[in-house]
Amino acid sequence: MGTDVLVIGGGNAALCAALMAAEAGARVLLLEAAPRDWRGGNSAHTRNLRCMHDAPQDVLVDAYPEEEFWQDLLKVTGGLTDEHMARLTIRASSTCRNWMRKHGVHFQPPLSGALHVARTNAFFMGGGKALVNAYYRSAEKLGVQVRYDAPVERIEIEDGRFQAAWVRGERITARACVLAAGGFESNRDWLRAAWGQNARGEWPSDNFLIRGTRFNQGVLLRHLLDDHGADRIGDPTQAHMVAIDARAPLYDGGICTRIDCVSLGVVVNREARRFYDEGEDFWPKRYAIWGRLVAQQPGQIGYSIIDAKAVGRFMPPVFPGVKADSLPELAQKLGLDEATFMQTLNNYNAACRIGTFDHTALDDCHTEGVTPAKTHWARPIDTAPFYGYALKPGVTFTYLGLKTDETAAVRFGDVPSDNLFVAGEMMAGNVLGKGYTAGVGMSIGTAFGRIAGTQAAQAALNEGVRHANA
Amino acid sequence: MQTLEALTRDARALANGAVVLTAPETEVARQLQICNACRYCEGFCAMFPAMTRRLEFGKADIHFLANLCHNCGACLHACQYAPPHEFAVNVPQAMATVRGQTYVDYAWPPALGRLYQRNGLTLSLALAAGLALFLLLALAANGTLWGGQSEGGFYALFPHNLLVGLFAPVFLWAVLALGLGVRRFWREVTPATTGQPVSAPAAAEATHDVLRLKYLDGGHGEGCNNADDAFTLARQRAHHLTFYGFLLCFAATSVATVYHYVFGWSAPYDLPSLPKLLGAVGGVSLLLGTAGLFKLNLQRDPQHGDAAQKPMDLGFIALLFLTSASGLALWLGRGTPALAALLAVHLGAVMALFATLPYGKFAHGIFRTAALLRHAVEKRQPNTLALGSD
Repeated sequence: MGTDVLVIGGGNAALCAALMAAEAGARVLLLEAAPRDWRGGNSAHTRNLRCMHDAPQDVLVDAYPEEEFWQDLLKVTGGLTDEHMARLTIRASSTCRNWMRKHGVHFQPPLSGALHVARTNAFFMGGGKALVNAYYRSAEKLGVQVRYDAPVERIEIEDGRFQAAWVRGERITARACVLAAGGFESNRDWLRAAWGQNARGEWPSDNFLIRGTRFNQGVLLRHLLDDHGADRIGDPTQAHMVAIDARAPLYDGGICTRIDCVSLGVVVNREARRFYDEGEDFWPKRYAIWGRLVAQQPGQIGYSIIDAKAVGRFMPPVFPGVKADSLPELAQKLGLDEATFMQTLNNYNAACRIGTFDHTALDDCHTEGVTPAKTHWARPIDTAPFYGYALKPGVTFTYLGLKTDETAAVRFGDVPSDNLFVAGEMMAGNVLGKGYTAGVGMSIGTAFGRIAGTQAAQAALNEGVRHANA
Repeated sequence: MQTLEALTRDARALANGAVVLTAPETEVARQLQICNACRYCEGFCAMFPAMTRRLEFGKADIHFLANLCHNCGACLHACQYAPPHEFAVNVPQAMATVRGQTYVDYAWPPALGRLYQRNGLTLSLALAAGLALFLLLALAANGTLWGGQSEGGFYALFPHNLLVGLFAPVFLWAVLALGLGVRRFWREVTPATTGQPVSAPAAAEATHDVLRLKYLDGGHGEGCNNADDAFTLARQRAHHLTFYGFLLCFAATSVATVYHYVFGWSAPYDLPSLPKLLGAVGGVSLLLGTAGLFKLNLQRDPQHGDAAQKPMDLGFIALLFLTSASGLALWLGRGTPALAALLAVHLGAVMALFATLPYGKFAHGIFRTAALLRHAVEKRQPNTLALGSD
């Protein structure tokens, strides 16, 4: 029995493609690079899907119309997006959830600490790993063959048509193929090459942590770009990148390593100086820029400093903060220059103009006469005990990918392939040139995974008909 | 293994009057610190929402949360930090280990708490003693275990007053021991769960959650996990059959007691009398439920729960099964020469069951009910935390 559709990858986009192809009647083989315990790629770390909706919908309150979603995307990407592809993703997000439910995904109201996205994001009950488990169960019921520990090293392409994939010396043929094998964020060497050396002589990416899977080595992405000359999109230094606890593991730290107290205090760099407005906007709207901000600091490290007033006002971090009874003691414990640290803190404290503190609104507590300013939630850090959390850049996924269109076809010299498609992180750069907004990665993966699966099944079945008629 | 350093620290803390966590409690606290920073599992059960009301986990919090956990397994299969991840989060297992410890800690009298620890042995000895007692009594009264004067009915073998004299103290002891045990638990966890008294709506909600076994439905109604990441309602259903079967059998006995003392109607009762009806339906239900639980327990993902408690779980299930099977056999074999032997086996099993009730798996229902009641109280109080992103 031959394979109609070969799906390379084992996360959300790959599973959506496999499920759609199987539903269309194709014989599907899915190759997951990771062992079963680590299956699902970065999808296993996700928790929700950003969804357009014009009226309240089960777990989603109010409305989140297409235009507002589009404006949000336009804003976070600074215009580095493709309106056609973005709107396609947005519209797909409004209709995909019944299909997801059919395959066993359960939705739930937003988690505590995440009510700010109750309107825009539908949460998976149990998170992304529960979603991935449900999809694998459903895929197996539909007869999709799944192979774990099956990293694809290269593929054969002839005249823009997929021929076969190679896994550990084995040649696997199929009539069509979907590439959904993730970005290259886990590949330290590639990150190093992309980020290069900075003016201080540092290799910044050496200090990055990877929030997700260790299996996204970008082997196929590089192979497609370099060996097959597939059309590319995006800049290799652009990624979904947040500031996370510096003590997080090198890979798979996931959601719990985030530090959510930035807007309640100040952040200093290794030289004990502030470098950005910590209160610019609500943290959920700013968390995605802090990874890059910290990446630009010496040693790619920052220190979020809070006092007792902030405790209980932010999501509890996974590791306890460094605790001290005085600010000088905190500086010592964090290994920061005490004199500079005290100067920074004293200047900041003196500059605070306290109005009515309200961390649920853009309040009027701000600084005057200090650079950078803190424009909201600025209160003096003066109440012991004091806490410090070291921050490092945490990469979620990279945006360099394959250029594609609304059919999800891989393109060579601007000509779309008949039978090779791409979905998920490998093409998210078509929508996300930079920046991020919560849950949109899953919206892209689901939309294009489903398109790629449908298109691949179509291509394979047409090919089958052609063979039968020949 | 605790390190010397940890032991020294604990000794010093103890000397200062501080509360020291045991190793399993420390493990729960460690895992909940991770869970509290993630919270993906909030929709599955009552435990995670209760966790989010806390930033730190003291001994009483841990005991409360451990007994609130139903060991449904959903959070393990959904966990991005489950082994082989280095965070090694396995909440069902960590909670089960502490739960087992709380049964021992709160047992009354405390010295008998150790009966939990070698529960397989406890149950076996209790059963052997129960069987020996009634077989010898039957032999003494009947002269033989096969045939004899069984036409005279049960009471010809064992006079009613003898049975009451044997069972009433054991039953009352079980009620007293369980009651005092759960009272100690209640007193410890109440201050950690707002300290507020039980309101009628809280009691109603907890009753509903206990009687429906709400938290074995997975939060989405498709059930909990057993062998793997697929959901199943089998565990909830088998529990229901067992629970209601047990209650019906108990009701049969209670009604029969009323018949005996109030109306002077002596056993045996036959269909369609109320005691027989209750007993027959209850016995069959208990038989099916325990058979199901036994099978599910053997198929259970080994990562769920605490392997050390498996003998306790299986022993209790087997004893309930034996009780219902022997009760039904007694009914069917009542006119046969096997009556004396069947009656002795049934009474021996029932005696072993009640004698070990306060020191075995039965306790999980009592402690979990108490935890659900405290949870229903606590969730009605305002949350003292105001996490920033809300």
